[in-house]
Amino acid sequence: MATFLIPTPLRKFAGNQSSVTVSAERMDQAIHTLVAQHPDLGRHLLDPERNIRSFVRIYVGDTDFRELQGEQTPLADHSVVSIIPAIAGGCECNLP
Amino acid sequence: MKLRIQKQVMSEIFRHAMADFPDECCGFLYGTEEGGRLIHDVRRAPNARQGDKRRRFTIDPADYLQAETFARDNGVSLLGIYHSHPLHPAIASEHDLKQAMPYFSYVIVSVFEDRVEELRSFRLHDSGQHFEEEWVQS
Repeated sequence: MATFLIPTPLRKFAGNQSSVTVSAERMDQAIHTLVAQHPDLGRHLLDPERNIRSFVRIYVGDTDFRELQGEQTPLADHSVVSIIPAIAGGCECNLP
Repeated sequence: MKLRIQKQVMSEIFRHAMADFPDECCGFLYGTEEGGRLIHDVRRAPNARQGDKRRRFTIDPADYLQAETFARDNGVSLLGIYHSHPLHPAIASEHDLKQAMPYFSYVIVSVFEDRVEELRSFRLHDSGQHFEEEWVQS
């Protein structure tokens, strides 16, 4: 059972839980299982083709899963997986 | 919606905005939700935007992860993000909207070389299509 840490802004879509355990052997299976358990998370984690959104970062321990084996990254019972929202922005105006 | 920000938090945000001028600054807001949202702590984050930082900010995923860990370890809630708009009003932009997460308060300060002009805060509407302004009290 890998443990998924849910970021604060998405907790209301996961039953107000800060962590959720998921039984899966690979990242893609785990994400789809997580979304099956908490469907409202889906639009934040998956694109219309049901792939993991490009701007969503998911770390296994301290490493981005895209730097491991991507969606094929194996997960163990002790794996801690963090979902990290993209935080960015900025003002509208043109530079002088 | 009301957002209370303790005075020392507001002062720290202003100091950060002035120190990083003309670049945009950014950081994390912590507090409680009991009896209304109250921000009582703030932590600076590096603006990790590659290239010109005068009109954009980005928070590195590792810094975000640390911010969540800090909240968990200290029994506080991560309630929002602040950033500055140098030489520009404290109004949430289309760029801000595209990247906005639900639930978070997005505090924006308008900063000039010698002063902070204003501070406003916005929260993403449940539709995800627009912001709602929060009424800020200190």
